[in-house]
Amino acid sequence: MTITANDSLRLLRRLWWRLISMRTALILLFLLAVAAVPGSLLPQRSLNASKTESYIASHGAWGRLLDHLGMFDVFASTWFAAIYLLLFISLIGCLVPRIKQHAKALRAKPLPAPKNLGRLPESGSFETAASAQEYATSARAALGRRWRVERRQEKAGVVTLSAEKGYSRETGNLVFHVALLVALIAIAVGRLYTYTGTRVVLPGSIADQGFCANAIFQYDSWQPGRLAEAGDVKPAPYCFGLTDFSASYNDAGEPLKFTANVTYQKASGGPIEKHRITVNNPLRIDGDRVYLISHGFAPQITVTMPDGSTQTSVEPFVPTDPATYLSEGAFKFHGPSGEKKDIGIEGFFAPTPVAEGGGAIGDTTAVTSASPKPDNPVLGVTVYTGDLGSQTQSIYSLDQAQKDSGALSKFGGANLREGQTLTISNGVKVRFDGWTQWAALQISHDPSQIYLLVAAAAMVVGLISSLFVRRRRLWLRITPATSGRDPSPTVVWIGGLARSDSGNFTEEFAGLLERLRQAGPPVEPALRGADDVAVRKE
Amino acid sequence: MAVNDHLAHVSDTLFTTGIATYALAMVGYTAEYAFGRRGRVASTSTSAAFAPARVLVGAGGPELDADATPDEATVADIESAISGVDSGLDRGESATSDVDDAAEHIDTTEPPAAAGRRSREALGPRLGRAAVGITIVGLALHLAAIIVRGFAVDSVPWSNMYEFASVVGFIAVVAFLVVMVRAPQIRYLGVFVMLPVVIVMFLAGTVLYSQASPLVPALQSYWLAIHVTAAATAEGILMTSSVLTLFYLIRRRYEVRTAAGQSVRFPISIGPKLPSIATLDKVAYRTAAFAFPISTFGIICGAIWAEAAWGRYWGWDPKETWAFISWVVYAAYLHARATAGIRKWAPWINLLGFAAMTFNFFVVNIVISGLHSYAGLN
Repeated sequence: MTITANDSLRLLRRLWWRLISMRTALILLFLLAVAAVPGSLLPQRSLNASKTESYIASHGAWGRLLDHLGMFDVFASTWFAAIYLLLFISLIGCLVPRIKQHAKALRAKPLPAPKNLGRLPESGSFETAASAQEYATSARAALGRRWRVERRQEKAGVVTLSAEKGYSRETGNLVFHVALLVALIAIAVGRLYTYTGTRVVLPGSIADQGFCANAIFQYDSWQPGRLAEAGDVKPAPYCFGLTDFSASYNDAGEPLKFTANVTYQKASGGPIEKHRITVNNPLRIDGDRVYLISHGFAPQITVTMPDGSTQTSVEPFVPTDPATYLSEGAFKFHGPSGEKKDIGIEGFFAPTPVAEGGGAIGDTTAVTSASPKPDNPVLGVTVYTGDLGSQTQSIYSLDQAQKDSGALSKFGGANLREGQTLTISNGVKVRFDGWTQWAALQISHDPSQIYLLVAAAAMVVGLISSLFVRRRRLWLRITPATSGRDPSPTVVWIGGLARSDSGNFTEEFAGLLERLRQAGPPVEPALRGADDVAVRKE
Repeated sequence: MAVNDHLAHVSDTLFTTGIATYALAMVGYTAEYAFGRRGRVASTSTSAAFAPARVLVGAGGPELDADATPDEATVADIESAISGVDSGLDRGESATSDVDDAAEHIDTTEPPAAAGRRSREALGPRLGRAAVGITIVGLALHLAAIIVRGFAVDSVPWSNMYEFASVVGFIAVVAFLVVMVRAPQIRYLGVFVMLPVVIVMFLAGTVLYSQASPLVPALQSYWLAIHVTAAATAEGILMTSSVLTLFYLIRRRYEVRTAAGQSVRFPISIGPKLPSIATLDKVAYRTAAFAFPISTFGIICGAIWAEAAWGRYWGWDPKETWAFISWVVYAAYLHARATAGIRKWAPWINLLGFAAMTFNFFVVNIVISGLHSYAGLN
């Protein structure tokens, strides 16, 4: 047996039909839901890289296997992308014919009336004194603009009206799904153009402590999208300075408000403007958003060398306990290179210091913090001298390798209150001058998010109309009055069909029947047969 | 910004009284359930073959499948009209078999009231009606507790798990009362809605309880009112939907087993006490379909808020991930229910969606830490 081109074409077609079937779509939807689960249960690199690495390290081969499968980058993994891409192909395959079909339906005339309307799920009949043509006209008017009505003339003067409404149900359905596709495209495009950079800023003028957004090397962290990575997209050349950061807390140490007052300059030499950034109110500037994402304390010390020369330094400390803002950091004073007279100071900052074992805080008591609200804070310092090592190291700690190798040796330490000075044996003095607060600003860029918002709004509107609009069909068969041997007035039969399961069609139909009955003048009692009733509800 | 401890205490008292009142109402519903019911359904069920289907009308109206069992002589274009029954994105599969499906779903015999119960018949409905009254009193207390808590913390009172659970319980009771207005014949099932509500509120008041405290800066946004209200509303309604779905499954199982002449055990044995399979199917679907756009809106509002507060509209934070999972599962539910052949699985998908949502509330809040860690349980 040979496989002909025809056979493979048939196979492809079968596969295509299988892909765009609802069953496949549902399976893919489920796979999507299931695939997202590990993304919430396992640590994810995009959310917490260090936690992820330590998880892999502590789980050995199992951890490496999971890593190999992309379990720590679920939402960027190939298999996750494969599922949603298949889903979207399946969706497109289903949408295209449906859009065509709906476009046709929108132009098509409502279907001709069936012969026997009494067999429809809802039906009723009545008589009217108006002629068939007159009644058809007034019934059309009574239905109103929401119904699309087609009037047809049948044999023996019978007039039928075919009415249909609720087209916006399918329109909404299609709008929802198209908007979903647009949303995905907007997200994908946004991924290309996005960048995020964060930087810790100390209070000071733009020139002194500030930074310019387009100087990418200045960021503490920089996460570019594909185009930003290639250098095709980058922030506008505006510059920032932090005037001050303030945090307020209640008595229990719970935060009430964080505020960063910033100054910025859109172009060098341009006017300097002021802005207040708070947690829910980023600064929107030149297509970027500037957020206040974290904050901390920055103690200031002055080091006096044995020769009397002094150096002052303010360094940001990292909070190690988010509840009490007990923080850690380091000061580094590089001496002339090669002389090994660098001074390195490691320390902690306790905003509301308490002795770990209770009691008073002495020079060397172990100290922790009780609250992030500063109340006579303590700066604990440990002073090292020697060689600090390379310049490229964390600014928040001394190089452990230098300490281990003995290149840096410990000379002493103490808990200092503001204004206190520690003098160590080699004559170096360390004074805790005071403290200020730093703020971390994040510059974010995503030009597509406004389109995503529009798509999302369209999704909600489409969804509401696709779930709640009622599709209805209604037919009127109007048989003209006959005179002569067996006279009869104009008889109207009405049948209705609910094409969607929202609402209460029986009640609706009863209301319609009543409205249509009143659209024509009632039959004079004299004309009416004894056993006739004005309205017969089947 | 300061917390008013006195008001917080008043709110706690109202909350506790509210639970007690709900528990009392639950006793009333249970009594009605136990003593049988007469109601309009049972009393009219023998009047005409299609009467129950008509009674459904009160439950929010028949859809095509309830009434679309036309005689053999259906005109061709009516058939085509029927086969075009609209349903989600039906991909042409829902087709005519929907009608066959419908026949299977139609349940023309509401369980008749057992003979010889006439003397007690009056008591059941009376207790049931009283239970509704008590529920409304409980609801008023509950609402007062929520409002007073709002004044105590000087913000919208649903910023931690205790407050959120309380609001979800409130919405679930409101959803049940609304369903009951549309379909009074389900009143005696109140016990099955009140039971989870009382359990959730009991958990809220005990393990999830947290002292009234001011909002952390990230929560100080008007989006808290919008996003969390939408989420709580959707969750409350979906909770009611899941209870109705559970009934639907019990009733369906009951009918399959009795038709096959097999014996039934609890919980399937409560089948005959439940409303018709068509009513349950419809009411469960309607509630879920009503909640779905609200849930979608809530997620979108969350994304807008996240863009302002956290610097990105979506970051796969565990809470976001589980919101996504629940949303996808409920989307699958709506599609499955609209597709013949898969429709029989739809109720299970509904329950799965509720399970995902419940997981998102309890496990993600308590066990998994993320940006949404506002549980207030530390």
